[in-house]
Formats: sequence, C-alpha cells, structure tokens
Amino acid sequence: MTTDVLFWLFAALVCGGALGVVITQNVVRMAFWLILSLGSVSALFFLLGADFLGAAQLLIYVGGTVVLLVFGVMLTASGPYLQIKTSAADGLLGAGVGGLLLLVLISTVYGLDWSALHPTPAVSMIAERPEGNTIRPLGLAFLGLRPDRPVTEDGKSAPGYLLPFEIVSVHLLVVLVGAAYLARAKRRAEPSRDSFSA
Amino acid sequence: MEPVGLNAYLFVGAVLFVCGIVCMAIKRNGIGVLMGVELVLNGANLNFVAFARYTPLGLDGQVIALFVIVLAAAEAAVALAIALNFYNNHLSIDVDRGSELQG
Repeated sequence: MTTDVLFWLFAALVCGGALGVVITQNVVRMAFWLILSLGSVSALFFLLGADFLGAAQLLIYVGGTVVLLVFGVMLTASGPYLQIKTSAADGLLGAGVGGLLLLVLISTVYGLDWSALHPTPAVSMIAERPEGNTIRPLGLAFLGLRPDRPVTEDGKSAPGYLLPFEIVSVHLLVVLVGAAYLARAKRRAEPSRDSFSA
Repeated sequence: MEPVGLNAYLFVGAVLFVCGIVCMAIKRNGIGVLMGVELVLNGANLNFVAFARYTPLGLDGQVIALFVIVLAAAEAAVALAIALNFYNNHLSIDVDRGSELQG
C-alpha cells in the first residue's frame, strides 16, 4: 500500500515536471523542471526493483547530462536570448497534436490485454523477475554470463551482452573525443602581427 | 483502488513521451529541443523497466535501459557541441535561424 502511494506521488512529480518543461519559456526554469522530472523517474526505477538503474539514472542524468545542458544554457543564453518566445499559434497547435497523440497512446495501453505477457507459472520458472539487488546479475550479463536464465537443452547458456558492451564503450570514447573536437575554442582567423616581422 | 500495475507505468511513460515530442516541436531554443529529447528517452526507459518488472522480459529490459542512458549521455554531449558551434556562428540559439545551414 505504501508503494502505491509512493508511486502516485512520484508519477505526479514526473508528469508535472514534464509539463513544466513544455510550458515554461525560461530556459533555466526548464532545466529545473527537467531535474525534478528525471529525479522522480529514478524514484520510479527504485519502486520497480531496479536499484542499480535508479542510481545510474541519478548519477548520469541528474548529475551529468542536466549539468551539461545547464552549462549549455549559461554559454548560449546571453541578454535577449534568455527567452525565445514560442508563438501562441505554435503552442496551441503543439498542445492539440500532443493531446491527440496522448489520447491514442493511452487508449492503446488500456485497450491491449497485457495479461498475455504476465508470467504464467511455466514462464516464471524461465525468467526470474528482478526484485532489487540487481548489481551482480547486471554486471554478469554485461560480461556475457547469464546466471538468471537456465541453460537450454543443447548445453548453451542464454546470450549475454559482452559485444554490445564493448561497442558502446568504444562509441562513448569516440563521441566524447569528437564532442571535444567540435566544441574547442577556435583560433581567430586574422593574422598576428609578429608574422609580418618574421 | 486496484494496485499499481503495468498500465500505470505505461501511462506515465506515455505522458513523458508526449511532453518530449511537444517540447521538441514547439521550442525555438536549441537547448530546449535537447531537453525534449531527454524526456522522450526517459519515457522509453520507463517502459523498458516496467516491462522488465511485470513481464518475462526480465533483466534484459534493465540492460537495454542502461544502454539507452549511455547513448543519451553521448547524444547530449555531441548535440551540445553542435549547439555551441551554431551559437558561435550566429550569436543566437534560435533554431528558426538554422535554415541558413545548407551544408
């Protein structure tokens, strides 16, 4: 019962934060609402029994990505560019289309019979649902070992995620080097004086 | 009141997704568009973790959500570098002026 109350509390915070990001026109306030929304999403992860994922969400999103965005705001929002207004017509059009899209999504979610996916006793023996304490199974899955899945009949274990893990590691390295290269301070194009004296 | 199940989490994910889409569509500030992308990715992540909890997807959903978090961080870094370059050239972050970028 407590978890239900906590869920509705954090769900309201997530939706309110997301709406605040959309509605407000000030970039700095948008960053604040984004922090509120993403932090509440990490709380929902904890409620879902994904403890490592919730901690990673707090560390990487709230501690890293949003700080990066705030630095972007500080570097680009100077004087008259702090507020770039959306015209009322654009806002109304976006709200209308967004409302219709939300209607379609909600009616789909509540119209489908998800209980066909719910673990029947036979299936729940195959896949053990994560109930917290997921650090060790996640680490082993990234190393290609799946102790949470049974060995199949022909003696092979379930596939792990070693290759995607390596690919995403190299991808992150390349992307960060490329971002630093793109964002580096440009030298001025004008020739310096001492080049003439030489 | 029925206990919280898969549908409630999918509802929150849908709200996050729609807010992100609208944010990407109507914001004229480039940084605001990036924040919309973050909202969309978080809505997808919430769906992955909810399916990991309530269906036989199991731990795979959490692994995929971790990959999404890493790729979102990389995307934010690159997009911010592009936004800074755009600001250096145009002295504005208004995406409506991006129509001058023709290769």
